[in-house]
Amino acid sequence: MKISDYLKYLIIGTLFGFVLMKTEVVSWFRIQEMFRFDSIHMYGIMGLAVFIGLISIQIIKRFQIRDFESNSISIPEKDPSQRIRYIVGGSIFGLGWALLGACPGPMFALLGSGLTVMIIPIIAAVAGTYTYGVFMDKLPH
Amino acid sequence: MIELLSQPWPWYIGGPIIGLTVPLLLLAGGKVFGVSSNLRHVCAACNFGSNEFFNYDWKSEGEWNLTFIAGSILGGYLGGYVFANPEPILLAQSTITDLQTLGITDFNGFVPNDLFTWSSLGSVAGFTVLVLGGFLIGFGTRYAGGCTSGHAISGLSNLQLASLIAVIGFFIGGLIMTYFIYPIILS
Repeated sequence: MKISDYLKYLIIGTLFGFVLMKTEVVSWFRIQEMFRFDSIHMYGIMGLAVFIGLISIQIIKRFQIRDFESNSISIPEKDPSQRIRYIVGGSIFGLGWALLGACPGPMFALLGSGLTVMIIPIIAAVAGTYTYGVFMDKLPH
Repeated sequence: MIELLSQPWPWYIGGPIIGLTVPLLLLAGGKVFGVSSNLRHVCAACNFGSNEFFNYDWKSEGEWNLTFIAGSILGGYLGGYVFANPEPILLAQSTITDLQTLGITDFNGFVPNDLFTWSSLGSVAGFTVLVLGGFLIGFGTRYAGGCTSGHAISGLSNLQLASLIAVIGFFIGGLIMTYFIYPIILS
């Protein structure tokens, strides 16, 4: 990658991390509140994020908009024939999400905010990913 | 300006900005928003063992995403440290009451101090939350082929049935943890 590539992804990532903090998506308390259906906060955020994502993907597809390098944009489809992996893998992820109160993006943003102990779940998550890689052939998908 | 940056943003402002990550990455270089792929890239970069799942050119595939996540750490520093909101989060009273019943007393900051300190790693509850929580996230996200960003935001935005199933899974697991397992861990 060129220096300008590093810079653009760094800037988009910084914006993402900043908004995660400002909207309190990184908060263990907010995740507890969400799973108790006590507030619209998290649902509003996810709903509007999907809404904006959906509209912009439709615009990009409809007008065949190219990226900054003028390459055409294609979004790979997720294989819908595999059902077990999404429901079982998703549920395992959900157990971890509620337990830690943070998903992968917020884990890194929280680390940046000075919560140094978040390096432990990040390392554990890398170990979890590695464990999946080792056993993936034996797991139903 | 400083005040705007240090106060919390309402969901109807922050949600759309988070959603903008999807087109920004697509326009920047045709990249699909998804944080948890980075966990796999780290495994590939460390080249643990000779596992085929991690045997790919992580640099050409994941460099942009690892840069993105480095930015998120920087964004966390800016949003959670430099422009930190000094006030406790305005949670629903019913959540506070529920959590108090479970023994959570300190509602300052983003996370409960009883669980998220280095010394809490020595307690059963703290170890379970930090180590098991992280492990389940890493295992589950790769099994499901994505996390909150890859499935709930990117996938749903692209109307993927697979992502809808995964998000339903996220909530099955999350509700089981919140209502049945967490009370045991905190007791």
